[in-house]
Amino acid sequence: MTAGSNPGLAAGPAVGSAGVPAIEFESVSFAYPEGTLVLREVSLRIEPGESVAIVGQNGSGKSTLVRHLNGLLRPSSGRVLLDGRDTRPLHVARLAGVVGLAFQNPDRQLFAGRVSAEVAFGPRNLGIRGSELEGRVRAALEEVGLADDSATNPYDLGYSRRKLLALASVLAMQTPILILDEPTTGQDARGVARVREIVARVAGGGRTVIAISHDMRFVAESFRRVVVMREGRVVLDGPPGVVFGEASWPELRAANLEPPLPAVVGARLGLRATPTDATLVAALVAVRPGGEPDDPKRPAPSLGS
Amino acid sequence: MSIRLALEGAGYRYAGAAEPALRNVSLQLLAGRVLGVVGPNESGKSTLCLVAAGLAPGVIGGRLDGSVRIDGQATTTMRPHEMAQRCGLLFENAATQLSHMTRTVFEEVSLGPCNLGMPPAEVVARVRWALGVVGIEALAGRDPTRLSGGQSQLVALASVLALRPGCLILDEPTSELDPGGTRLVALALARIARETGVAIMVVEHKTDVLAEIADEIVVMDRGAVAVAGPAATVLADPRLADLGVDAPARVRLERAVKASRLDWSAALAGALE
Repeated sequence: MTAGSNPGLAAGPAVGSAGVPAIEFESVSFAYPEGTLVLREVSLRIEPGESVAIVGQNGSGKSTLVRHLNGLLRPSSGRVLLDGRDTRPLHVARLAGVVGLAFQNPDRQLFAGRVSAEVAFGPRNLGIRGSELEGRVRAALEEVGLADDSATNPYDLGYSRRKLLALASVLAMQTPILILDEPTTGQDARGVARVREIVARVAGGGRTVIAISHDMRFVAESFRRVVVMREGRVVLDGPPGVVFGEASWPELRAANLEPPLPAVVGARLGLRATPTDATLVAALVAVRPGGEPDDPKRPAPSLGS
Repeated sequence: MSIRLALEGAGYRYAGAAEPALRNVSLQLLAGRVLGVVGPNESGKSTLCLVAAGLAPGVIGGRLDGSVRIDGQATTTMRPHEMAQRCGLLFENAATQLSHMTRTVFEEVSLGPCNLGMPPAEVVARVRWALGVVGIEALAGRDPTRLSGGQSQLVALASVLALRPGCLILDEPTSELDPGGTRLVALALARIARETGVAIMVVEHKTDVLAEIADEIVVMDRGAVAVAGPAATVLADPRLADLGVDAPARVRLERAVKASRLDWSAALAGALE
């Protein structure tokens, strides 16, 4: 499915129009009723097909920010636009067809008695029926590795698989914008690799993916753009090579973050922009120390886990 | 070194389940030591936590084979309040552990010590200590239902610490924490093990964390212990990758550079210091 072709939204915002950002936060502030100020004048433009990781200290406003995209929260001041349209007059049910949000805590999301029913709930609400619905449920379960569990009760799954089920439920809605709140929590190496592949596929298909994560390795390896939040503000915004580069370290540390180890090693060795294992090894190969002649036929070393 | 908690040939089957979730597990938690537990999804790590803390079968039913002893006493013979004082358990989904009955974080963390009938001065001292250990003194007056995921996890951990049990069973205590928070909690756990003699078992996917704080590590696979030994040995074990467990970043980088057959080893060793 391509961006903007969501069937439930003929009259709604169809994200993906040419030249218009998929998402725009315009000077958004948010305070809870008792006065805790969580977002302070956040401005961000995210284009269709971008993959963006939002990182930052616990309580820095990451989850609060993304909840403005599907109308769970509304800004105290400023505007949130999807495909150039202000979301303020749009109902949560309408936004659900555009923005799919997989919660941080799957137990706040799951409720059905069968895995397949859980995944069918979202697309059914968007008006999908019959073989199209079955196909979407099957594909989503396949993608997260739960195809064999379609008849299982969600609460008989362990926490890591409940997280994957919550992800499948959102994938099946095929929304133009996909938001994942800490998708790798509790996942083993294979689970993290699965999430990485899903991010690549969805963004590769022209849809917009935003993930909140504390896993800097996952962030550096899976996203083209990293946004760092601290105390309700965006303090860094750029590709992983820049955000995890040495010039950003003081700001990262102030946000309770640490650059991934390959970025640190690369900087100490005088290499530039090596946020991942693969980029570090490629940079090492490129400078060829020790005078050893390079064999152009030898493939660049690949990294195991 | 004294044994705080011991599993001997422990197996466990959930009520109604066809297959056991845990098979023939033997391990010991020693006073002042940290045991790390790693393994792929659904390998039995969380079940191991429930069994070690006596909740399975004590509270949730099911069938236990073998034995689980805390300070030499079988958990099956202990009352829930006895168990709570001897062995603290932090759930994987820590948010479900909060009471949703209190108005402030301070009150939330005081619930456990209050329920054990401690004098008020002792309760206050314990709550202050626990909040300090996990670095959330500033949240003391906040509404526990209005916290971020990571903050909730720290409150749940402080609540368990405030009971000052002899054993701590922690199921992914840093899963929702930022890197700075993860480091703070990890180092705090290692410190309280050393200083107070508490025996700690910690399930953790972040092997970088275990490399810093664990004395020993067990790798779970399909309900059984697949590999066990000193932390440094286990974390460098090539079988980890096949079991779906990431090696620490340092081990990965050293391997990658070795595989590249370039002469970077000396420089890399320096850069990793």
